[in-house]
Amino acid sequence: MALATDIGAVQDLARRVRRDIVQMLGAAGSGHPGGSLSAADIVATLYGDVMRHDPDDPAMPTRDRFVLSKGHAAPVLYATLAETGYFDREHLGTLRRLGSMLQGHPDAKKTPGVEMSTGSLGQGLAIANGMALALRLDGNLDSTVFVLLGDGELQEGEVWEAAMFAAHQRLTNVVAIVDNNGLQIDGACDEVMSLGDIHSKFAAFGWDPVSCDGHDVGALIDVLGSARSRARGNGRPIVVVCTTTKGKGVSFMEGNADWHGKAPGTEQVARALEELGAPEGDVS
Amino acid sequence: MTDKRATREALGTTLVELVTRGVDVVVVEADLSKSTTTATFRQAYPERFFNVGIAEQNMIGTAAGLAVAGKVAFTGSFAVFATGRAYDQVRNSVCYAGLDVKLAPTHAGVTVGPDGGSHQMVEDIALMRVLPGMRVLVPADATAAAAALRLAATTPGPFYVRLGRAAVPTLYDEDAAFELGRAHTLREGSDVTIAACGVMVERALCAADILAAEGVSAEVIDVFSIKPIDSVAISQSARKTGGVVTAEEHSIIGGLGSAVAEVLAEQIPVPLRRIGVRDTFGTSGDPEELMRHFGLTAEEIASAGRDIALRR
Repeated sequence: MALATDIGAVQDLARRVRRDIVQMLGAAGSGHPGGSLSAADIVATLYGDVMRHDPDDPAMPTRDRFVLSKGHAAPVLYATLAETGYFDREHLGTLRRLGSMLQGHPDAKKTPGVEMSTGSLGQGLAIANGMALALRLDGNLDSTVFVLLGDGELQEGEVWEAAMFAAHQRLTNVVAIVDNNGLQIDGACDEVMSLGDIHSKFAAFGWDPVSCDGHDVGALIDVLGSARSRARGNGRPIVVVCTTTKGKGVSFMEGNADWHGKAPGTEQVARALEELGAPEGDVS
Repeated sequence: MTDKRATREALGTTLVELVTRGVDVVVVEADLSKSTTTATFRQAYPERFFNVGIAEQNMIGTAAGLAVAGKVAFTGSFAVFATGRAYDQVRNSVCYAGLDVKLAPTHAGVTVGPDGGSHQMVEDIALMRVLPGMRVLVPADATAAAAALRLAATTPGPFYVRLGRAAVPTLYDEDAAFELGRAHTLREGSDVTIAACGVMVERALCAADILAAEGVSAEVIDVFSIKPIDSVAISQSARKTGGVVTAEEHSIIGGLGSAVAEVLAEQIPVPLRRIGVRDTFGTSGDPEELMRHFGLTAEEIASAGRDIALRR
């Protein structure tokens, strides 16, 4: 079980990340708050507790890797990288501007700590598989590749080509995570294009599906932290399907598909920050 | 130099050679290893070979991931699927990310033959050429193909090496030097320039023979590197001869003809004729029959060359 102190530290990181997301999107005037906020606890848990990584040595060979397949949630990745020391937080204010290292979708050529450029949905799992194959080929048995997919993204066919491949190759060094917030741009996933039973689908493709509350940091630490050893144990790749709320933490965004790809205005940013509360150690 | 080999025959053996030389090559194939000859690589280095099954998008994506982690990742399949079926993966996961993924599909062009138009890719050079960062090589014989694959493997960034199914005469000596962005002037001439690529290079040389018999002196350039293109060699030749014929086993839209037209229009506008597939799909037939059907013959090249030489 996760220690209370570890949980507290990740929760604080997640709160900082959510505050950053709201502020950077407000400053940018465009972007995707809903799916960034829904993934905040997951990404904060990975970088704040589960993953082996070193902001001072982003290319450390033994590091764990993270691929943000749902690339439109770039703000959650940028905020987490800034908060964990990959670059100065001042950059967050340049999101989506000409010349910024923080592109609208992740660009690994520009941003320290970003492992792979993403943005066109459905491509991250195949990329994570390729990275995992290379690690295995190089005899690196320690590093794990974590890849975060959106639930709507599972509608892309390449995801299932890659799912088939990971099981066939017994890629137990890939951990897929689904941010299952139930919404996509046009509305509820079940109304736009039913995903059916995500667990059963992955199980049918040879995966080991595990459920987790995507906002319960203690549970995330336990499940994500033990995912690799569980996969090794049963020889199947593992997918952690996280139940989440789109827009989590900002009442007027929660569960509302309209906040998929719309930036908050000045007053909305202020309201959101009030709701999110000051992170520990901050005076304001 | 009378033997005939398909350019695809260079694929498997050259990739094996590259690993032997210490290049960290891996191969991702989509169920066509026997046709593309990557099966040769699988036999030599099974741990470096990954078959994704009939899933070309996943082929490109997996190769991208392997490249992220430091490998030189070659992909197989046929030209029609590797470029068209997986275009967004090639664009975003490979080129936008600027990775060491080397597309080397086979069965490009109408010489695929009886399989017909669904499988005869004549738009691939256009599709690949327009992608930022993508380099495009179209070898004329198996020797050039091996050289193209070596160049792709040892030069950072995305590559497209276009390989064919049909056996073609060997034009180059084993020790011929190939460079990125350098065309080869195979025959000097003064009345017309014939710029060709791939299987059309040999036909361009035949066309030059036909023209020579009529007293027309044709210069033949093998535009082995379509991107970057050798604009110096092309414009210098055009300046000397005053007119150009392009010849490609590809649509006249977007391929070699277009690339040469761009160079000429900006640097030395001279009369140009493009020999290629004229905005249509392929069809079933024997390869040689199809080459005649689509006007991809030495006679057609010679006819265009004659028109240009006489026009001046």
